[in-house]
Amino acid sequence: MNAIDALTLVLLIAGSGFFFAGTVGILRFPDLFSRLHALTKADNLGLGCIVAGLMLQAQTPAAALKLFLIWLLALVASAGACYLIASDARRRQDPPAVPTEVSGDA
Amino acid sequence: MPEIGFDLLLASALLWIAWRALTSPDVFKAVVLFITFGLLMALAWVRLGAPDIALAEAAIGGGITGALLLDAAGQLATTDAAPPRGRTLLAATLALLVALLLGAAVLQIPDAPARLGPAVSAALPESGVTQPVTAVLLNFRGYDTWLELGVLLLAVLALLALRGTSHLQDVRPLTADPLLGGLASVLVPLMVLAGGYLLWLGTHAAGGAFQAGAMLAGAGVLLRLAGHRTVEQASSRLLQVAIVCGFAAFLLTALILLASGYALLEYPAGRARTLIVLIETAAAVSIGCTLATLVTGATPPGAGAR
Repeated sequence: MNAIDALTLVLLIAGSGFFFAGTVGILRFPDLFSRLHALTKADNLGLGCIVAGLMLQAQTPAAALKLFLIWLLALVASAGACYLIASDARRRQDPPAVPTEVSGDA
Repeated sequence: MPEIGFDLLLASALLWIAWRALTSPDVFKAVVLFITFGLLMALAWVRLGAPDIALAEAAIGGGITGALLLDAAGQLATTDAAPPRGRTLLAATLALLVALLLGAAVLQIPDAPARLGPAVSAALPESGVTQPVTAVLLNFRGYDTWLELGVLLLAVLALLALRGTSHLQDVRPLTADPLLGGLASVLVPLMVLAGGYLLWLGTHAAGGAFQAGAMLAGAGVLLRLAGHRTVEQASSRLLQVAIVCGFAAFLLTALILLASGYALLEYPAGRARTLIVLIETAAAVSIGCTLATLVTGATPPGAGAR
């Protein structure tokens, strides 16, 4: 197993580790907002590691760029979706279980 | 071999998610589980060696149908009372019967069945494309695809008839989020590009009209949800033409071919590729607009903006 394959293996394992941590966070965090944190941040980092590992194995530079584009699109989509879910929950007066530091509009 | 482990995991996950979706008392949760089921089914199709169907399942089953069901679930009560016991037992018995019949039919397939694969591969050079699935869908069995487009057209007509309005644009005012608008500005051009790419890909790899159409439908739904002004400004006539053009392309081709002395949808030698590309483009646009109308037009005017 040469260095590239070893690096791919490490990145894939790290990626699945982040996904696992994110899933545990979704299941265990007390309220919607912290669950959104776990969902978007951990999962995006996990996807980034997996995409990086797969990019090393790509046959052509074009395929590697396509994989990178997939990660960028997933970032954009999940960030947008996270904002929409959070703002909708905020509008429905979902109080956060953990008190927020900001003392502005409640 | 290691694939067996993955396949077993996938199969049991499919069954478990299906069970959870059916027995969940919360309608929203059931719909989300159904969407997940669709995505896992796409994986199953890949494992079965059918990437075309996997693409279609992920786009249509996971995306469009999921959006439709979410929209419908949003208009129902979040927790319904459980259906009466008798009805559940009847549904379960019928489902079990169908499963047993399917199992019996699958077990009766002979070990060396008369396969159509070699016949398709032998006729592939004359079909105008190099991908066997597209050749079957658009050339050898183009009649079936034509009628499928007819079914979609009927569905949209039924929807419009039920809504009781002649305008295809939704009448409810949209409280659009500026972020959603920005997201749409970034994503929709990419989705249109990806749809065109899937369409072009269909001639030589997994792809085709339905997958491209589903991608375009997603772009249309996103535009609608973002309240982008193109939706308001697009003329109703243009949308009507777009919905009909897939079925019409087949019809025109069939009429012209019949008038020129060919059999129904028998493409002339050498022209097959051009005809397939033209019809597929029209079909993709048609499917995209039809599915987008089905999803966005399904909400009756006056339902509260959420």
